[in-house]
Amino acid sequence: MTALVATMRHARYVVSENPVTGLAFGLFVLIVLAALFGPFLVPYDPLASNTSMALQPPSARFWFGTDQLGRDIFSRVIVATRLDFGIAVSSVVLVFAMGGLAGVAAGFFGGWTDRIVGRIADTIMAFPLFVLAMGIVAALGNTVQNIVIATAIVNFPLYARVARAEANVRREAGFVEAARLSGNGEWRILVFQVLPNVIPILVVQMSLTMGYAILNAAGLSFIGLGVRPPTPEWGIMVAEGAAFIVSGEWWIAFFPGLALMTAVFCFNLLGDGLRDIVDPRRRT
Amino acid sequence: MPTLILKRLAMTIPSLIGVVIVTFLLTRALPGDPAAYFAGPAASAEAIEQIRAKLGLDQPLPVQFVRYVVDLVHGDLGSSLTTGQPVAAEIAARLPASAELTLLGLLVSMAIAVPLGILAATKPGSMVDHACRIVTTAGVSLPVFFTGLILVYVFYYLLGWAPAPLGRLGIFDSPPPTITGFYLIDSLLVGDGTTFVASLKQLVLPALTLGIFALAPIARMTRASMLAVLSSDFVRTARACGLSSYTVVVTYAFRNAMLPVITTLGMVFSFLLGANVLVEKVFAWPGIGSFAVEALIASDFAPVQGFVLTMAVLYVALNLAIDMLYGLIDPRTRMDA
Repeated sequence: MTALVATMRHARYVVSENPVTGLAFGLFVLIVLAALFGPFLVPYDPLASNTSMALQPPSARFWFGTDQLGRDIFSRVIVATRLDFGIAVSSVVLVFAMGGLAGVAAGFFGGWTDRIVGRIADTIMAFPLFVLAMGIVAALGNTVQNIVIATAIVNFPLYARVARAEANVRREAGFVEAARLSGNGEWRILVFQVLPNVIPILVVQMSLTMGYAILNAAGLSFIGLGVRPPTPEWGIMVAEGAAFIVSGEWWIAFFPGLALMTAVFCFNLLGDGLRDIVDPRRRT
Repeated sequence: MPTLILKRLAMTIPSLIGVVIVTFLLTRALPGDPAAYFAGPAASAEAIEQIRAKLGLDQPLPVQFVRYVVDLVHGDLGSSLTTGQPVAAEIAARLPASAELTLLGLLVSMAIAVPLGILAATKPGSMVDHACRIVTTAGVSLPVFFTGLILVYVFYYLLGWAPAPLGRLGIFDSPPPTITGFYLIDSLLVGDGTTFVASLKQLVLPALTLGIFALAPIARMTRASMLAVLSSDFVRTARACGLSSYTVVVTYAFRNAMLPVITTLGMVFSFLLGANVLVEKVFAWPGIGSFAVEALIASDFAPVQGFVLTMAVLYVALNLAIDMLYGLIDPRTRMDA
């Protein structure tokens, strides 16, 4: 309990010391709200086309303008939050489970487990990450689910390495020895003693890679993978608007791109802030 | 030195084997029947069976793998379904366009990021330092395709400074004779100033887009490593001996600070090669990235596989080159090996 109070106090100190983290947290709350309630709040149906209102610039009626089919871009940007946020969260949770467990096992058991996990991570790192993600989606099939899987796989080495290093230093720690002496099995020690100690560091890793996960997924849908039109999604909306940039209709690509940028910016700041709270030594 | 190079070369072999296995698995061991796919939706069961035998898909997996590796050794990456052309020839023809763009992008970002990082480190807390911090935080948040589109809007549509984002040359320009495949170098070699300027104009925006993307990690690393070096003992000694601050920063600190920056280049290349695909799509650049994207949309797997393999081999080779460069610059790493 006292540990919790101390953490809260430290968190408040970090936020007051660095107002940017507070701002990022505010943005994060907005994004979560948009993802949860977006479809109920928007003024227009994001899929309803109205060709008499096509390519309208931003105005009081259409805040972000309309696209080539007369769909309201503001409504589409807000509704897209759920899909983009959902893809990022599920891929990060998936890699948290895969990379975290594999890394902890590698660091704790050492030997062959370590060698195999290390070899897998090295092989993934031998590819340029976005290119590997493209190849995985192309091979597994062009669906949203496979974008989640591909994004998780390319992030695997980051999680596995962090988890491995953290588990490795705790391998011979006093509390592990104590658990061993009182007759716990190795797997039981791994799950109940070592893993809980590694989780905070992995949570920081999650928020640091969340922005990259969104960028990766949006990049894949920008080149035409995964999400299909007319589904509102930021990457594909920028791709649809790209053709109109050269004729001056900037708003079609600009607002979804801005939303994407804001979300990534928010997660990056939040990740840095969270790292300061969990691990003050790594502040830069 | 030669034994060191051999040792480092040997270290790339496991990476290459891993890369080949992964690209093989991506096609063969996954759900779906490639034979039915290659035969088309209207094919009969016998036709599918024939194609299966022809592609060697009725063989056990290890046999298929050996066949795949033998094909690779002969430089055979299969043929595109849509064009019927061999993938290897197409990639070889398009690679210079991508390489020219990526290298120029890297050059642009080094030219901005390294001085920025050094200035930020020599004057912590100054305006330059804040500018550096903003650039590094904003730089990692910018989707590369979005930056590209904004640059097109501002410099092509609004200002009219840049040409239309439609490939390596304008419609009325003819490409220089192929010597290296790099238009900038080829046009200079034959002394064709007009083509040089025309291709440079086309290159500026996409290279700048890539440059902005790679700016953040390089500037951040330069600043951090420069800060570390500037607070070290030998810099203090150099200052105490009365050397000018220019000599201390440029001759003493800069060389040592560049070592971690060169290590980061490996990671920067991983990002650049991926971002390259997106930039090529935005600027209709006829490189291997847009080749792969076109094939992806048409569900044409051989070009995608060839592309992934080429990129991975390039990346392994780049990492090797970076390590070699490191050995040349820092004699201490030679002693360890």
